[in-house]
Amino acid sequence: MTAPNLIVAASPHLKDRDTTPRIMWTVAASLIPVILSSAFFFGISAILVILASTLGALLTERWLGRPGALRDGSAMITGLLLGLSLPPGMPLWMAVLGGFFGIAFGKAIWGGLGQNGFNPALIGRAFLQTAFPVAITTWPKPGGDFLTLKGDLFAFPFTSPAHDVLTSATPLGLFKFEQKLTPIVDLVLGTTGGSVGETSAVIILLCGAFLAWKGYLNWRSPVSIIVAVFVLGQILHWVNPARAADGMFHIFSGGLMLGAVYMATDMVTVPTTNQGRWIFGACTGALVVVIRVYGGLPEGVMYAILIMNAFTPLINRVTHPRVFGTVKMKEAKS
Amino acid sequence: MAFFGFKHGVHPPEEKGLTSGLPIRRMPYPDEIVLPLRQHAGKPATLCVKVGDYVERGDPVGLADGYMSVPIHASAAGTVSAIGLWPHPDGSYAQSVRIAVDKYALQAARPRMVPQWAGLSVEQVIKAVQDAGVVGLGGAAFPTHVKLAPPKDYRVHTLIINGAECEPYLTSDHRTMVEFPERVHFGCRVMMHTLGVKKAVIGVEKNKPDAIAALERTRPTDLDVTILPMTVKYPQGAEKMLIHAVTGVEVPSGKLPVSVGVVVQNVGSLAAIAEVFDTGLPLLERIVTVTGHGLSRPANLIVPVGTKMKDLLAYCDGVTPNAAEVIIGGPMMGQALANLEAPVIKGTTGVVVLTSDEVRADAVYPCIHCGRCLEACPVFLNPSWLGDLARVKRFDEMTENHLADCMLCGSCSYVCPSNIPLSQLFQASKAALRRNPTVGAA
Repeated sequence: MTAPNLIVAASPHLKDRDTTPRIMWTVAASLIPVILSSAFFFGISAILVILASTLGALLTERWLGRPGALRDGSAMITGLLLGLSLPPGMPLWMAVLGGFFGIAFGKAIWGGLGQNGFNPALIGRAFLQTAFPVAITTWPKPGGDFLTLKGDLFAFPFTSPAHDVLTSATPLGLFKFEQKLTPIVDLVLGTTGGSVGETSAVIILLCGAFLAWKGYLNWRSPVSIIVAVFVLGQILHWVNPARAADGMFHIFSGGLMLGAVYMATDMVTVPTTNQGRWIFGACTGALVVVIRVYGGLPEGVMYAILIMNAFTPLINRVTHPRVFGTVKMKEAKS
Repeated sequence: MAFFGFKHGVHPPEEKGLTSGLPIRRMPYPDEIVLPLRQHAGKPATLCVKVGDYVERGDPVGLADGYMSVPIHASAAGTVSAIGLWPHPDGSYAQSVRIAVDKYALQAARPRMVPQWAGLSVEQVIKAVQDAGVVGLGGAAFPTHVKLAPPKDYRVHTLIINGAECEPYLTSDHRTMVEFPERVHFGCRVMMHTLGVKKAVIGVEKNKPDAIAALERTRPTDLDVTILPMTVKYPQGAEKMLIHAVTGVEVPSGKLPVSVGVVVQNVGSLAAIAEVFDTGLPLLERIVTVTGHGLSRPANLIVPVGTKMKDLLAYCDGVTPNAAEVIIGGPMMGQALANLEAPVIKGTTGVVVLTSDEVRADAVYPCIHCGRCLEACPVFLNPSWLGDLARVKRFDEMTENHLADCMLCGSCSYVCPSNIPLSQLFQASKAALRRNPTVGAA
């Protein structure tokens, strides 16, 4: 027998087949139905916005990330999610800038994948919200011809984009500023104004269910967010129907589904314990409703998740389970 | 249906089907036997032969060095050809006795060296077990006679017998239970009698129904022995997990099982005790599962202690071209072998040859805090955090985070999607703390 070339490695010698790139790319791929549905509702503009933000994210990761960091797929997710959270008529240069900011200041500056405290896509969006408050709240009407460009996509950087196109308020804005309630059917199917990805709740939920089944998404935080938003929203609705919409409206409007399923499940920035995920979700849900009902903005998912991201290390610490054998035990002394 | 298991843990591919149906066969004597004097936990044996001596099968080549030690016996008749350092299966070199096996010797039974069990006092049994060189055959090779004499200030009420065999691939305990259930029960009787306990529980994972049936069929009627089917999960056979599954009690951190009134012994060790009293010969051979997709002909073999891995693999028709890693023990906690000259020792439960498709990938990614290691850790540690601490050598903080409770089962490394060698980091940290308990505590 000839001696084979032996590997000498430390135990365990077996490894589960899942890898970080496989998880990341699967999550990115699971966004394809969501992207297609937004293309269906908003036409080619939605695709262009997503491409722009993804381009910004990928180039920045290439520039500032570890060598080969693009291959792990995490910058792809950031770019896609950022694009999905922007209005379909957003000038493309702003979307690229958002992708840059999200990766550079939301991730690279912390030390790259796994080190960031806050969701990079939401950091990018928060930056855009602050820098371009008008552009990010100009919501083109859904529908229309597929190739019709919405908004002022090709506005030259640092010029004021033209906003004289057909716009419509989001359901949340309609309720907050005009006390008009959008029918729940439109909300569920997604035929309302809003961000690129604030479309069909059903499709987002199905994609999330697929990821949960694969084990790439922990269902606890999305479920607790949705339940918390529904319960608190419904209670506030009973207290003051004019000010607060009902629970069903809350869970199906705005970016809640996208945020709950794809952003409150980002492994890096949410708690690692199951108990912690419940707490994270419940608090996020409560913050969403509070911002929506009492805040100056019609939508609060982004800030709710970012605020709770800050609490993740604390939640992790207090929810860590008791270590085996650390209980005071009566010894079997004779 | 009652639940006899533990929380967390992992489900690696079992791969036991390669050998679980194969009867145990005896391997012929190799041309040379190498007996390291360090084969057990505790102090190595002290040499008692010299080069040129002719030893009969069963003659001691090393004597027990005090109470925490056992003798080493020649597993075949032959001439001592050399004494010196030789590759040890743990990766080091150890003082070893090389014996050129006498091809014309009968290798037969000799006058009884171990007395009959019946009628022996507790002290005589303990002495006989030590003199026979019996150690735990589950891998750790802890001297069995020490377990037979627990500290007097503890009251032992239950003997737990470990038939979980939760490591993937390994089937030596499984086949022992199927083929020699009466030996397991006899060994159990000896231990119960010596420990003075009234109750024994044999924990077997449910994926071995034939073993459970065989043990039930031969169960003695005059003893309180229960066979407990347990959930199939790794590491069900870890001592503290097993005790938890059987008694519902957690062994306090840093304490021995005896502190909760329990002694744990492996089924292979019980069968060895039975065989020692049965044949009158000391522990000379053991059952080894030689298996893996990288091996031409997997088998369960009775192997003379001291058989070189090279000879063992050759007897199984060698390895396949895509063989990549040879592991002593199971693939979760076993030791990768660098040198096939190393011999089978008393603690060798199996030899697994993994193929290049099975071994771990090289690529390591940053921790993404997915939390899988937290859900895998059977003792509820935070491996992700401990891994971060290990990388920056903050060992004092690792101690505060219960590093000592880590039993290096490898579940965290197994599930980690980023392929971070957590278990290896903890092993290194524990070693660093052992070398210098104040390291990093500046």
